[in-house]
Amino acid sequence: MGNGEIFEKIREIIAEQTGRDKEEITMETNVKEDLDADSLDLFQIINDIEDEFDVSVEDPESIVTVKDAVDFVESHK
Amino acid sequence: MKKVKVIATAAAYPEQVVTNDDLAKIVDTSDEWISQRTGIKERRISSGENTSVFVIETARKLLERAEVSAEEIDLIIVASVTPDYGTPSLACMVQKALGTKNAVCFDIVAACSGFMFALSTADKFIKAGKYRNAIVIGGETLSKIVDWSDRSTCVLFGDGAGGAYIEETDEGGLLRENIGTEGECYEILTEGYTRCANAFNDIESYQDPRWYVFMNGREVFKFATKKVIQSIRQVLDEEGLQAEDIRYFIPHQANARIVEVIAKKLNVPFDRFEMNMERFGNTSSASIPIALNELNEKGLLERGDKIMLSGFGGDMTWATVLIEW
Repeated sequence: MGNGEIFEKIREIIAEQTGRDKEEITMETNVKEDLDADSLDLFQIINDIEDEFDVSVEDPESIVTVKDAVDFVESHK
Repeated sequence: MKKVKVIATAAAYPEQVVTNDDLAKIVDTSDEWISQRTGIKERRISSGENTSVFVIETARKLLERAEVSAEEIDLIIVASVTPDYGTPSLACMVQKALGTKNAVCFDIVAACSGFMFALSTADKFIKAGKYRNAIVIGGETLSKIVDWSDRSTCVLFGDGAGGAYIEETDEGGLLRENIGTEGECYEILTEGYTRCANAFNDIESYQDPRWYVFMNGREVFKFATKKVIQSIRQVLDEEGLQAEDIRYFIPHQANARIVEVIAKKLNVPFDRFEMNMERFGNTSSASIPIALNELNEKGLLERGDKIMLSGFGGDMTWATVLIEW
């Protein structure tokens, strides 16, 4: 799975959890600040990313932007 | 094989109501913050009554509602992580208070799944044939093990007790269960640690910080959503039922957001999940029986209804029991 596909999938997960349009979400989006997500939204986004890509996020605080999530999956899959 | 049926339910809790605004006066928090992340608006907090007060009151009501005498009770199991004493057990305190002299009485510990584990245990005692009925109660005063200066945990919990009188029957009742533990991750939710100080070692005797509730919120959130969904699916599959066949889901009342995730992933309308954490907070082992009792007191349960009770919490434990009312 390429970087673009990972981004697409993560974008879907975040859009679903936050109730936003996919188009609003870019690599630079800060999930908490730009999408008004709280810590529990972020937990659920990370849970879904873990399930989708079969990875384990030890430090959820390290995922701030969409790019952080894409990079994490890219380097751990 | 014999079946076991819930005949009566009851609950008891402190009169004192502590709102989110009350908490905002002692820690840096707000009603909005707490409500949005937990669904909790207020909780009942002991004015000094210990756990046994609420457990005994619940047991007293159960005898009245089931119209059985104290002498007729065969078994009393109480679940709690906050009993009054190490010994006596809460169950034996009930025995003394109510005079249930023919009952075998003991407590069990399974954190927030405690009532479910107690129900499952009593079910087996009765099915084994020697006992015909039981009083099963979950009761807590979590307020005594909460660090009231820690805003991340003190907003979550409340005090109270709830329980059920159950007895043997020929059909219906407790249909199927899925219970389990994952002890290897117990460190994500702990409380009640006491230091092993004695006259022959040099360990200082003071209140260990681990006396207070500690929780890794993200890990508990993950455990709860995954395990509850898995265990409900398994019980439905084994019983050959669909989620639509369940009249009420009664989850442990830890956090409305956890319940939202569970409902969404199971594809069940959110309103089929009974919730009262708005008024009680998380009362650990008492939460499911308090919620079950509320449904029952409102007259919303009809014989034949299928009800799914699901607990999850410390240790780490989970327990789902399917009941035909």
